[in-house]
Amino acid sequence: MVNFIIRRLGLMVVILFLVSIMIFSLVHITPGDPARMMLGQEATEEAVEALRARLGLDLPLYQQYLNWAGGILQGDFGNSLKDNTPVLTVLMQKIPVTIQLSIFAFFISLLIAVPAGIIAATRKGTFWDYASTTFALSGVSIPPFFLGILFIYIFAIILGWFPPSGYVPIWEDWKQSILLMVLPAFAVGIRLSAEIARMLRSSMLEVLGADYIRTAYAKGLLGKPVIIGHALRNALIPVVTVSGLQLATFLGGAVITETIFAIPGIGRLVVDAILTRDFPVVQGAVLCMALAVVIINFLTDILYSILDPRIKLSGGN
Amino acid sequence: MSAANPNIEPEIYKPKEISPRKKHYKEMAGRFFKNKLAVIGGFFTLLLILTALFAPVIAPQDPTAQDYSKYLQGPSSSNWFGTDDLGRDILSRIIYGAQVSLQAGLISVGIALAVGIPVGLFSGYYRGVLDEFVVMRITDAILAFPPLVLALALAAVLGAGLENAMIAIGIVFIPNFIRLMRAEVLSQREREYVEAAKASGISDFRVIFVHILPNCLGPILVQATLAIASAIISEASLSYLGLGTQPPTPSWGSMLSTGQGYLADAPWIALFPGIMIFITVLSINLFGDGLRDALDPKTK
Repeated sequence: MVNFIIRRLGLMVVILFLVSIMIFSLVHITPGDPARMMLGQEATEEAVEALRARLGLDLPLYQQYLNWAGGILQGDFGNSLKDNTPVLTVLMQKIPVTIQLSIFAFFISLLIAVPAGIIAATRKGTFWDYASTTFALSGVSIPPFFLGILFIYIFAIILGWFPPSGYVPIWEDWKQSILLMVLPAFAVGIRLSAEIARMLRSSMLEVLGADYIRTAYAKGLLGKPVIIGHALRNALIPVVTVSGLQLATFLGGAVITETIFAIPGIGRLVVDAILTRDFPVVQGAVLCMALAVVIINFLTDILYSILDPRIKLSGGN
Repeated sequence: MSAANPNIEPEIYKPKEISPRKKHYKEMAGRFFKNKLAVIGGFFTLLLILTALFAPVIAPQDPTAQDYSKYLQGPSSSNWFGTDDLGRDILSRIIYGAQVSLQAGLISVGIALAVGIPVGLFSGYYRGVLDEFVVMRITDAILAFPPLVLALALAAVLGAGLENAMIAIGIVFIPNFIRLMRAEVLSQREREYVEAAKASGISDFRVIFVHILPNCLGPILVQATLAIASAIISEASLSYLGLGTQPPTPSWGSMLSTGQGYLADAPWIALFPGIMIFITVLSINLFGDGLRDALDPKTK
């Protein structure tokens, strides 16, 4: 186990190194002058020259990378081109907002997916199974931004149950904060719940056919304890993996959902920074998201090995 | 006693021989057509392709023609899906939008396949340092990015527009195909038929492309079908955010973006393109799922 964790940590460092090179390269792969690209074609030559000097773009490429990566390791992500605020300060303001949305959405997705997956597996071939499977496939097929717009139209404009968009920190007004979070959390969470429900159904079906389940029934146990106590515990193992691996898609969904619902999280920050060509912010925010994905994948692997000790992890693949 | 005439061959019933390959395809088609949802998905996918191909014939009006006298009109007999903020016919824009979506789906997945298949093939066949420390680690690194975020960043760097959006989406999908292809090759390379091909002295190139590749195409085909659905959503997302298809070209994503501003007064502007994206993606997913079940019934 310790060997596995050390090897996996080593791999994580390699991946993060490559990720950092890719993010650094983003500004440099484009044809032409990066400083001109950031400021736009209308900018004066002096402004472009000043930005080039400020960002160190006149240095050799490897030195630029070392300066940038070295700065990040010391917590210096550079400054925003828009208002010169340190990128780290901007990120620290936005990350809690996205974490709040993620926790809400994850909670909602489990609330929908676990019963849907169990019902579909235990009542295979019935109406409930078809209803649950159709929900799962629809949930995967519906684009999160359309779902968001649909929710605003139905629940905010027609029914008036929730405010259409906006954000209030939970410590300022918890009631309003929760009300504002419901629609975006559902918009992101439904897709995740569809993935989890699909996985849980097939995983439950496999477990329900296993010998030890038949033994449990043979011992005289009734449906519920067998399903919850025996089958679900084991069926949840692949679900943990799926949930972890879905984080990348989940964050992608948050990008667009935060834009639709005007939530000032890291997703909206990326979109705004991309549209205004604020590349230090883009680099910082994308690095943060990639870091989150790599760390969660690492933790998922560890959790997977703890949940199912039969899994051999020596290879680390 | 009459001896059998050696010149006359006895008439023995010989069943019509079907080659194993033909039989396999027949069984596959049988399994696919038994799956009603897959057939419905396939039907709608075909309908989408025909709509995109014959858009100029089917569309009742010019999708870019503005008519301010028809500003934000609801669905009616002259404009079945209503009109938008510039008085343009939404049905015509949706029909032409199918061209953009289909093009985005096919070309971006085509880019991903063109890179992913050869890299996965060689990486899985030769393995070694290049496979373990270069190809796999680079795919790991690309997969660490949320797909939409990477597509957004690439589209921003390359510049807004449909072509660049397709390239960006294609790049994002490459690692998935490399990994799938590599996994397939790894499962095939130790098989007897590959050993036999190698023993017959043919070049590695022929072993890889003539013998291994055709046996790996099933899962790739399924993955490619499902990736088309994801690519359509990605293109719509980029267009929604202003980095994909640029106006006045009709795109479902940008129509949704425009419609969001008029949700209270003219919900049809956003609802119809949204429904179209949903139906299209659902149909392709149903078709892809059916294809997977038909190719490998064990996964059902």
